[in-house]
Amino acid sequence: MTPDELLAIGDRVVAGARRGEGVEVVVTWSRDTEIRAYEGAVEQFTSATSAGVGIRVVADQRQGFAYAGTLDPAAVDQAFEDARDNAAFSSVDQYAGLAQPDGVAAVDLALHDERLAATSTDDRIAMAIAFEELVRTGDPRIVGIDGGADYSDTDALSAIVSTNGIRTAAAETGCALSVYSIAEADGDVSTGFGFSVGRHPGELDMERAAADAVQRAVRMLGARPAASERLTVILDPWVTAQFLSIVAEAFSADSVLKGRSLFAGRQGELVASELVTLVDDPTDRLAWGASPTDGEGIATRRTNLIDAGVASGFLYDSYTARAMGGATTGSAVRHGFMSTPSAGAQAVSLVSGEVSRDELLATVGDAVLVQEVAGMHSGVNPVSGDFSTGIEGLRLRGGEAAEPIREVTIASTLLRMLGDVVAVGSDLEYFPFDAAGVSLAIADVTLSGA
Amino acid sequence: MPDEMMIDDDVVRHVLSAGMSTGADFAEVFVEDKRSSGAVLDDGKVEELTSGRDRGAGIRVVVGDATGFAHTSDLSERSLIETARIAAAAARGGGGSASPSDLRRVDAPAPNRVSVLPEEIGKATKVELLTRADEIARGAGPAISQVMARYADSRRRILVANTDGAFADDDQVKTLFSISCVATGDTGMQTGRETIGHSIGFELFDRYDVEELARRAADRAITKLGARPAPSGQMTVVIGSGGGGVMFHEACGHGLEADLVNKGASVFAGRVGEQVASPLVTLVDDGTMGSEWGCFAIDDEGRPAQRNVLIQDGVLVDYMWDGLRARKEGRPSSGNGRRQSYQHLPMVRMTNTYLMGGTSAPDEIVADTESGVYVAHLGGGQVNTATGDFVFGMSEAYLIENGQITEPLREGNLIGNGPAVLAQIDAVGNDFAMGPPGTCGKDGQGVPVGDGVPTLRVHGLTIGGTAA
Repeated sequence: MTPDELLAIGDRVVAGARRGEGVEVVVTWSRDTEIRAYEGAVEQFTSATSAGVGIRVVADQRQGFAYAGTLDPAAVDQAFEDARDNAAFSSVDQYAGLAQPDGVAAVDLALHDERLAATSTDDRIAMAIAFEELVRTGDPRIVGIDGGADYSDTDALSAIVSTNGIRTAAAETGCALSVYSIAEADGDVSTGFGFSVGRHPGELDMERAAADAVQRAVRMLGARPAASERLTVILDPWVTAQFLSIVAEAFSADSVLKGRSLFAGRQGELVASELVTLVDDPTDRLAWGASPTDGEGIATRRTNLIDAGVASGFLYDSYTARAMGGATTGSAVRHGFMSTPSAGAQAVSLVSGEVSRDELLATVGDAVLVQEVAGMHSGVNPVSGDFSTGIEGLRLRGGEAAEPIREVTIASTLLRMLGDVVAVGSDLEYFPFDAAGVSLAIADVTLSGA
Repeated sequence: MPDEMMIDDDVVRHVLSAGMSTGADFAEVFVEDKRSSGAVLDDGKVEELTSGRDRGAGIRVVVGDATGFAHTSDLSERSLIETARIAAAAARGGGGSASPSDLRRVDAPAPNRVSVLPEEIGKATKVELLTRADEIARGAGPAISQVMARYADSRRRILVANTDGAFADDDQVKTLFSISCVATGDTGMQTGRETIGHSIGFELFDRYDVEELARRAADRAITKLGARPAPSGQMTVVIGSGGGGVMFHEACGHGLEADLVNKGASVFAGRVGEQVASPLVTLVDDGTMGSEWGCFAIDDEGRPAQRNVLIQDGVLVDYMWDGLRARKEGRPSSGNGRRQSYQHLPMVRMTNTYLMGGTSAPDEIVADTESGVYVAHLGGGQVNTATGDFVFGMSEAYLIENGQITEPLREGNLIGNGPAVLAQIDAVGNDFAMGPPGTCGKDGQGVPVGDGVPTLRVHGLTIGGTAA
C-alpha cells in the first residue's frame, strides 16, 4: 500500500459529496509484527496488516460519523451512507464543521525509516530472544519473566481528504522492546519493567532496557509498606510522563469549553511553580506522538501550555477554535479510524531543567523516589483535580537510596502538585504514549501506608 | 436466514488444512463480524451518532510451545488460506504431526434471550434517551454544570473452528448507557457517574429508568461537593452491595488466570487446595450468568461458557483456563479463552466474577464497625499479580463513625495485598448484587466483564487520602 493509494480512496469518497455537504475521510493502513520470546524461543509471532476508513459528514450544521475496518469499496460506500444518515439525528450546532486549511505548511519529520522494512524476520526474532536472555542473566535474583520479552513494530500510513481542500498523507515506522522481569530473594518477589522505543531497530537500546528491568526489580526486593507521612516525592521520568498526560487533559480546549478544566479562566495566572514550563510539541520527531499533521489534516505545531508557571495556552481543534473564537493549534487527536477527532495533547513534555538526576537526588536529600504507580485512572480525577495512586519506590535519605517501599499511596491534588514542584531534572525520556518525562521533585505530598 | 458472515464448512476445512500444511499441532480459525453504534450527548447537544462495522478472521497455528498468528479483513477463501500460511510460517512449522479431526458442531446454550435487537430501534429513539437523561440531570440542582450521556450497542457474531474438531458460533448483543455529571461549587468541581450495561438489546431500558440513573449521577456529584479529603492509613473498609466486585477482580481474579500462574507471575501459584482466603469467601467466575456484561454462549475459542468456582469457603479450588494452557496440562479449558477482536490472540480472561452472598444483615455490618470507610461505589483498579499488590479507586465513599455512615469523602485509591486482604474479610452480607459493567484490560486487550458482591467488611486496606 502507498500513501497515494490511500489518498485515492479518500478522493473517491469526497467526490461523492452532495452540494452543501462537508465530507472528511481518514484512511489508515498498517503492517504490524509482534514477537514474544519466552525461555529462549519464540512463544508468539503475530504478523498482520490492517486497514480502515472513518468518514465524517457535516450537513445542515449536524455531524455524523461511521467507519469500516476494511478498504473494500462496498464497505466504504456503506460507511459513507451510514455517516450521512447519522448526521440527520444529531443536534444542530452552529459550530459543527470540518477544518479549513490554515496555510501552515506541515514539516517533514522523517518519521518513516526504511531500515525497519529492511530488517529480516530472523533478525527481529533474534532481537526478542537476545533481549530475554539479557534480562534473565542480568542478575541471579531474576527468576522469571511476566508474559515474555516482547519485540513489536509497525509500518503505518494514513491519509485525510476533505471537501474543504484538506489532502494530506503521512507515513511512519515505530518499534519497541518491552519486558517485565520477576525477581525473588528470601521469599520476597518483585517486578520491574524495561523498554526502549525507536523508528527502526537500530535505535533500540536493548542493553539499557534489559538493565532497567533487572535493576528495577532487584532493588525492590524486601520492600515493605512505610509509615504515613508528608514528604517530597521524586517521580521517575516514566511516572512523570503519566502524570503530565493527565494534567494535559485539562489543557484541552474541549475540557475548557465544556466546563471540565481546572485551568479554565486562568490564562495568564500563576498555576504552577516557576520551574514548570509545559509544552505540547508533536513536531519533536523523537516523541512517540510526533506527527506532521493532526487528526484533521492541519499542520501540527508547538504549543506552550504553562510558561514558567503561568498558564499560557490551550490545545484547539477546528471545532473548539470556532466555538471559542480562537485558532486551531493543530491539536485534533484521533484514536485510529474508528474515532472522531477531538482537541487534546499529542506529545506533551516539560522543558527539561538543568540538574542531572543524581544532582536532583542529592539536592532533595530526603524523599521517596517513585518508580512505579498503579491506579492512575482510578484514583486521579482530572476534573476535580484529586490525585491518589498506589506506588512503589525507594526511600532516599541524605540523597542516598535507602529501603525499598511498596503497598503505599501518594496523594495530593493536581494543582497543588504543580505548585509544589521543587526541581526539574534534565533527564528527558520518551515513552510510547502522548507524553515524555523527566525526574520531577514535588514537595508536601501525603504518603499513606502502614 | 442466509448469513453473509459465515464461511462454509468446506472453506473452514481448507483453511485449517493450510494452517497444518507445514506440520503443526493445532490450527484455529476465528471469524468475527461486529457492528457497533452509539451516540454521545455533551454540553447539551447530541454531538454525533457513530456506527461502524469491523469484520475479519484471525488464524492461529500452534507448533510445540510456539504460536503463529495472522489476521485479515478479507474473508475470501484465497485470502483466508494465504493468512493461514502466514500464521503457519510465523509458528515456524515443521515437527508437529497432528491431523485435523472432523468438525463437530458445539452445542452451547445462549445465556439469555435478546428480545429487541439494537438495529430494530430507530436512531431517534436512542437519541431521545440521551436528551431525557440530560434534562433530568440538569434539573437535579443549580450546582450541576455539565452533563455527558452516552448510548452504545453492539452485535458481535463469531465463528470458531479448530483442528480438534470444534465448530461453534455465537451471536453476542450488548447495550450500554452511561451518564456523567459535573457539579460546581465553592470547593471546585466534582463528578458523578452511573453506567448500566447488559448482554441484551434495547429491552435494557425496560429494566432501567434513565431518569433515575440521571438523578443518581447528578446527586453523587452534588454530594461530593461537600466531601472532605479522604483519610490516610490503614482502616476498616465496608464495601456496599453491588459496588465493589472490582476488588475481587484485582485482589485475586487476575492472579487465578492460568497463563500468569504458569509463568510464576502469580502469588496464587501452587496453592490449589490451600486456604487462601477467609472461610467467608466463595468466589465464582460465571460466563453463563443470564444477561450480565461478561456473558456469552461460547468463548472466543469455541468452548461453551461455564460457571467455575474458584474459591470455596476460602479454599482455592482451581484457576481459570484457556485452550492453550489447558492443552499443556492435559485438562479441559474452563471456557475463559477470550480476545478483544479477530486481530488478537485469545488468552485467559475473567467473565463475571463475584463473591457469593453470606448471612450477615448489611446494616448490622455497618453498625458493628466503630470507625472506618464505607465505599458505595468503586472505580477501576489494577494489580501486580506477581507481588499481589492491588489498588482500586473509590468513586463514592463515606466515613463510618460509631457505627454510622457519616460524611462523604473525596476520591482516592485504596491499596492492599491480595492474599492478606482476602484473609481479613470478617463479614459478608446477605444482599448480593451485581455491579456496573466493566472493561478489563490485560496485555493491551480489553474485554467486557461483570462483577458482583454483597456488603462485606475487610481489614488490611490502606486508604490513599491526604487527611491524617
